[in-house]
Amino acid sequence: MAYSDSIVLSLEGITKRFGKLVANDALDLQLRRGEILALLGENGAGKTTLMNILFGHYVQDEGIVRAADAQGTLQVLPPGSPGAALDAGIGMVHQHFALAENLSGLDNIRLGTEGLFAFGGKAAARKKVGQIIAESGLEVDLDRPVAALTVGEKQRVEILKALYRNVRVLILDEPTAVLTPQESEGLFTVLRRLAANGLGVIFISHKLGEVLSVSHRILVLRGGRKAGELVTADADRRAIADLMVGKAVAEVARTPATPGQTLLEFADVHLRQGSARQSLRGVSFALRAGEIVGLAGVSGNGQGGIAALISGLAIPDSGKVLLNNKPITTADPRALVAAGVARMPEDRQHDGVVGTMSVADNIAIEEVRGAAFSRMGLLDRKAMESRATSAIAAYDIRCPGPDAEARLLSGGNVQKLILARVLERTPQIILANQPTRGLDVGAQAEVHYRIIAARDRGAAVLVISEDLDELFALADRFLVVHAGEVSDAGPSDLLDRGAVGLLMAGQAA
Amino acid sequence: MSFRLEPRADASVALKLSVSLGAGLAALLLVAVPVLFAGRNPIEAYGLIIQGAFGSLFALSETLNRATPLILTGLAAAVAFRAKLWNIGAEGQLYIGALAAVLVGSGLLQMPPALLIPTVMIAGFLAGGMMMVLPTILKQRFGADEVVITLLLNFVVILLVQMLIEGPLKDPLAMGWPQSVPLLAEAKFAKLVPRLRMHWGLIVGIAGALILWFMVRKTVLGFEIKAVGENRAAARFAGIPVDATMLKVALISGGLPALPASARCLVSKATFPPTFRPALVIPALSLPCWPGCRPLAPSLPPSSSPPSSSAPTP
Repeated sequence: MAYSDSIVLSLEGITKRFGKLVANDALDLQLRRGEILALLGENGAGKTTLMNILFGHYVQDEGIVRAADAQGTLQVLPPGSPGAALDAGIGMVHQHFALAENLSGLDNIRLGTEGLFAFGGKAAARKKVGQIIAESGLEVDLDRPVAALTVGEKQRVEILKALYRNVRVLILDEPTAVLTPQESEGLFTVLRRLAANGLGVIFISHKLGEVLSVSHRILVLRGGRKAGELVTADADRRAIADLMVGKAVAEVARTPATPGQTLLEFADVHLRQGSARQSLRGVSFALRAGEIVGLAGVSGNGQGGIAALISGLAIPDSGKVLLNNKPITTADPRALVAAGVARMPEDRQHDGVVGTMSVADNIAIEEVRGAAFSRMGLLDRKAMESRATSAIAAYDIRCPGPDAEARLLSGGNVQKLILARVLERTPQIILANQPTRGLDVGAQAEVHYRIIAARDRGAAVLVISEDLDELFALADRFLVVHAGEVSDAGPSDLLDRGAVGLLMAGQAA
Repeated sequence: MSFRLEPRADASVALKLSVSLGAGLAALLLVAVPVLFAGRNPIEAYGLIIQGAFGSLFALSETLNRATPLILTGLAAAVAFRAKLWNIGAEGQLYIGALAAVLVGSGLLQMPPALLIPTVMIAGFLAGGMMMVLPTILKQRFGADEVVITLLLNFVVILLVQMLIEGPLKDPLAMGWPQSVPLLAEAKFAKLVPRLRMHWGLIVGIAGALILWFMVRKTVLGFEIKAVGENRAAARFAGIPVDATMLKVALISGGLPALPASARCLVSKATFPPTFRPALVIPALSLPCWPGCRPLAPSLPPSSSPPSSSAPTP
């Protein structure tokens, strides 16, 4: 083994409850010097809770955290104190970066550690950061404002920020979610190098492949408990997958597509959105009846704009979006819903449901003005409830009943609720934006099955996903979006991950 | 040992009720402190409060009379809050409503009472509503904070009204008192009980509460208001016109406090003196914030709340 045996971090018997939910159940974790430990588990398995306890954002109900001091002796970490965690040499890179966009990379690295205006501080800092870059290979332009950096570069600034504080333990929360496959490989190279220099790394992920490629040891969590702990070199992909979900994983079968006429078409669409990278610049493609088109791309390259146009939240600045050969001229979600478009939002908790309203309300919300659920401005509560009751049964939505508040539902059940809402009208066009992000394997299979079934009865489906495995499982044809431009990558049978990865990075395949 | 506050996943009805009652009890206990400092018996003081509020027919009438604007301003704040709008401008809305009532009802229009009273009230409602609609438009267009705008509008309106009743609207028969011209007899509200100041405004208040409850619970508008207030992004995604819904809420919320104002001007004396200053903002706002209270619960404010409105000059 490449790593030494001295323990730098030890979590012992950590239990955390939220009401009746046990998020962490007597978890133990040891991290050694120079080791990359992967914390693997589905969403809701307790990974983030555990790391939040370690970093002092939550206070555990039971158990202690001990971290090595500079001499290598384990000291108990006081609960609930991020400051103490920092002092103990623990650094964390969150999924959502904590960077000041208007400051340079160098100032961001110094921010919080030292005063930005201290005399001579900048030169000393530049020297120290330069040394860290040389040792780790974390190349980044230190003088540009962070706003001008790519996502991958921002992540490198975050890691440098932690290393600048002389951390002995580095925690990375789903670091590859925002990276292309090639950028991910670069990150793994850096991590291996840092570990070889003695850093302890905890790598949180739910992607099996990358965990196998980068880690020395894997800790699998399921339902807040330790489902297994194994040395990566001896691990078998299948066995880990089964440990994660607790049951054998079935793949959804898909027959070849028989595309029909064009139902939705983008014709040279331009749309200004957020940053230049997210804006659409001359996007053209068509969705035909009876096919599933997968839209691949690193997040923030224009997927948001395409989804907004199909969702009725925006209209193009120039160019046309044609629905059944008629251009869409107003941003009106209700008109699109009435025209047979089913829309599954990217962030289902934020855009998909009103958490404090009931399951019945959330199923009816798109059509509440329609004859199905109201008459002369008065709600037909009975109709809403009976629709909800049948949807709960048909889509297996696990909830106490139609009156239960939607916020009590798990992510998978919220997605089933949305499926029930949008598929009930047998839509002709379906936008599935990150349809299974964060779902467990059972719910994932259910969603995939519904999408394929809709295609088989003749719907045109656009699946937007950051998960290439999902796109390969679902899509008949690939589109790849990069910096606001969409390229047709052709039928999925003729593609492999590498070719799609190159297109995602903006290079011709 | 450190403490951390985390929201409960679910709370029982008993807990909610005890929190609500506990808050009232705590308020009464706090009141005991200054009373003790003044060298008086707090128990005696509580007794006097109850007696003063309910002790006689006159007391009861006055309590209900003063509760009327509180009911409606409380509802106004509550209905705005349902759409996550803050209405701190009840006082200004009340004044502008009264002003509109005087403008319309003092001779401009000649109609029978059955038409004039509703017309005067609608004028008051719309005038008050505009005082909330405009800040809401500013919020939507420029992200201006409606809390600050509605709060400061109170002062703008009060000064405007003072200027008008010292000037163009001054009653020439008021012996020099700054007092508006009287409303026409046809625009006056009938009294509920002879010789007491209680009037139809109370009925309007209660009816307003019931209509609002119905609107919130049973109508598509109520559904859309809740969706917009609880999760604007999801409401927009589902196709609910967020801006239009907020403007409707603003109109209702601004109009409600103006209703009793126009109603008050419609009372027997039917003039509009500058000392008419009920300082409604704080008590009305605190009602929907009462712990454990759901918005729209404060349709009947606790009568034990201190007399917060100074009576109109007789």
